Amino acid sequence: MWRRCLLTGMLVWLAATPASAFVAYVSNEKGNTVTVIDTDSWTVTKTIKVGQRPRGIEFSRDGKFVMVAVGDDDTIQVIDTKTQEIVDTLPSGPDPELFTQDAAGKTMYVANENDNTVTVIDLEKRARIGDIQVGVEPEGMTISPDGKILINTSETTNMAHFIDTTTRQIVANVLVDSRPRFAQFKRDGSELWVSSEIGGTVSIIDPVKREVTGKITFEIPGLRSEAIQPVGIGMTKDSKTAFIALGPANRVAVVDGATHKVLKYLLVGQRVWHMDFTPDEKYLMVTNGVSNDVSVIDVASQKVIKTIQVGELPWGITIAQP
Amino acid sequence: MFRWLIGTIALSMMATGALAADPVEIHIGYLGHAGIKSTLSLVEQPADNDGIAGARLAIEDNNTTGKFLNQRFVLDEVKVKDSDDVVKIATDLAGHNDYIITDLPADALLKVADALRDRGTVLLNAGAIDDRLREQDCRANVIHIAPTRSMLADALGQYLVWKQWKRWLLVAGSHDQDKLYADALRRAATRFGAKIVQERTFEDTGGARRTDSGVTLIQRQMPVFTQQAPAYDVLVAADESEVFANYLPYRTWDPRPVAGSAGLVPTSWDAAHDQWGAVQIQNRFVKLNMRRMTALDMQAWTAARMIGEATSRTNSGDPKKVIAFLKSKDFSIAAFKGTRLTLRDWNLQLRQPILLADGRMVVSVSPQEGFLHQVSELDTLGVDRPETKCKLQ
Repeated sequence: MWRRCLLTGMLVWLAATPASAFVAYVSNEKGNTVTVIDTDSWTVTKTIKVGQRPRGIEFSRDGKFVMVAVGDDDTIQVIDTKTQEIVDTLPSGPDPELFTQDAAGKTMYVANENDNTVTVIDLEKRARIGDIQVGVEPEGMTISPDGKILINTSETTNMAHFIDTTTRQIVANVLVDSRPRFAQFKRDGSELWVSSEIGGTVSIIDPVKREVTGKITFEIPGLRSEAIQPVGIGMTKDSKTAFIALGPANRVAVVDGATHKVLKYLLVGQRVWHMDFTPDEKYLMVTNGVSNDVSVIDVASQKVIKTIQVGELPWGITIAQP
Repeated sequence: MFRWLIGTIALSMMATGALAADPVEIHIGYLGHAGIKSTLSLVEQPADNDGIAGARLAIEDNNTTGKFLNQRFVLDEVKVKDSDDVVKIATDLAGHNDYIITDLPADALLKVADALRDRGTVLLNAGAIDDRLREQDCRANVIHIAPTRSMLADALGQYLVWKQWKRWLLVAGSHDQDKLYADALRRAATRFGAKIVQERTFEDTGGARRTDSGVTLIQRQMPVFTQQAPAYDVLVAADESEVFANYLPYRTWDPRPVAGSAGLVPTSWDAAHDQWGAVQIQNRFVKLNMRRMTALDMQAWTAARMIGEATSRTNSGDPKKVIAFLKSKDFSIAAFKGTRLTLRDWNLQLRQPILLADGRMVVSVSPQEGFLHQVSELDTLGVDRPETKCKLQ
């Protein structure tokens, strides 16, 4: 009774202060669905049926659409955020996994795992306008803050490929540890971070020298080093704090952006994959692949505050204004 | 003469300078044995290029990476017949390859290893699963990519014990390798707390594996062969010779599952394996070879990828550097098994998870949860450091 009173009271309080009304889209790799979560009430508001094996997921720059790579259907589906229905598809090339867009939201670059290429798509014309040959099993994709360099990581070649976005030529290849999966620039472009799932490290790359200048390693008491498999990376806008998903270690590492020191480990769900911040950076949401849920981390207090059940094998996540 | 020519070319290259962009060539030999073993199941009949096909894919993968590092990998394939002089052929192959991937029986592999010992050629054993090659007969110039019989048996044993199928009826074939597999299964039962309630031997009395009216006879033989067994949970068959095990599922007197050489089979790879990015290599393999990928293909792929990995990490065509890196603590390889694979430094055996597959699906992957180890859970599979008889030299 007391508990119910308290709960109701809290709900009333929550409803009265709509602090952050954002919406999160989570791709469920096995469920072939996208779960829509309201970040105010932390509840699932809709489950959208999509194509086969949805993984990479991102809002369009104008916030009107959510794009989700459905690898086994060899395409990227476009969800209208107003109707929350699929309205279009993009010619992505075979087995798209992760993708990135330029700042203007005009060009999209897609990693195609099956044929060692990055596909370039004109988002306005919805047309494929080029291919770039990269290493074996391209995966991680990001663009430098100045828009000049596209980064692609290849999982079996174990490199971060630096691609000139104007000429679409590879201008440098930086060898990192085994199975690089995700790449992230600091906002000021001073560092590029690349996670290596099997190598168990995050490489810090100097984007000017184009060489590895440091490595973040992880040690968790009671866990074998093989179980620590870094994948997704999230960095605050001021680049002071980074969060790194450690896969089957079931933890997110909190890392000092300047010193690269691990500050703490947050216990989340099983096989934690990818993450995204709410636009106000109050919360970070991470997908837990094996436990079929999403953990919500309070960024300021660095604590896990909530777990939300989603579809089968959640993988990617993107958050924006509704 | 030839060497002198190379010297001249090198000199002229140095003189012109501009030609320095020629890629570093890394030559890998593949020494396989000719003649295909006959299997009971037609769908398990190995292809003529079993193993080699995996090495070829790894060479493609290495070359995709190599083009960014100015390295080029070349595969030199040779198959030996039983009547051939394997040492001579291997020595010829070692003349222009610093690494040789082998798919040879244990005795032939040992002969080759000893003959090439002083040349510095490293052999990567992709085919032989004999424990003795990693124990009393271990060699410092042989790296083992194939799992051992004891690793395979332990992988199966852990799962059966996890499943609480602890009473085993062990049926072994009458050939030497069947007996070795039965030994490994007995060892696994002892290690993980299973009980072999009875052992039976299936004598190979000869006979064809393909007949037009085979099923009728087998359907009568197998129930009779398995009747009057003490109470058991699972029939574990040791039949590497492909004489009887695949006749057992659905035909045992008591309705019991079959594991070992038929039914639930421990293996380094299966065409149905799709976790941890494996779909990507399965797709690449099918595209290149127009057939599905076998365990031997995967073992050969891993062997050639290990050379590729060590070559790119050292950024060197110098086999001494590459081999030193392979044997160092820094070496690991990703092979779609959800964890990095490393070498056991005491006998140069590649640590690896083992799949348990039933021919259609991957049922589980060992080591199983709860089988703990102070160094690596992968070392709960096979002969561990404290028990080893290997003295590398």
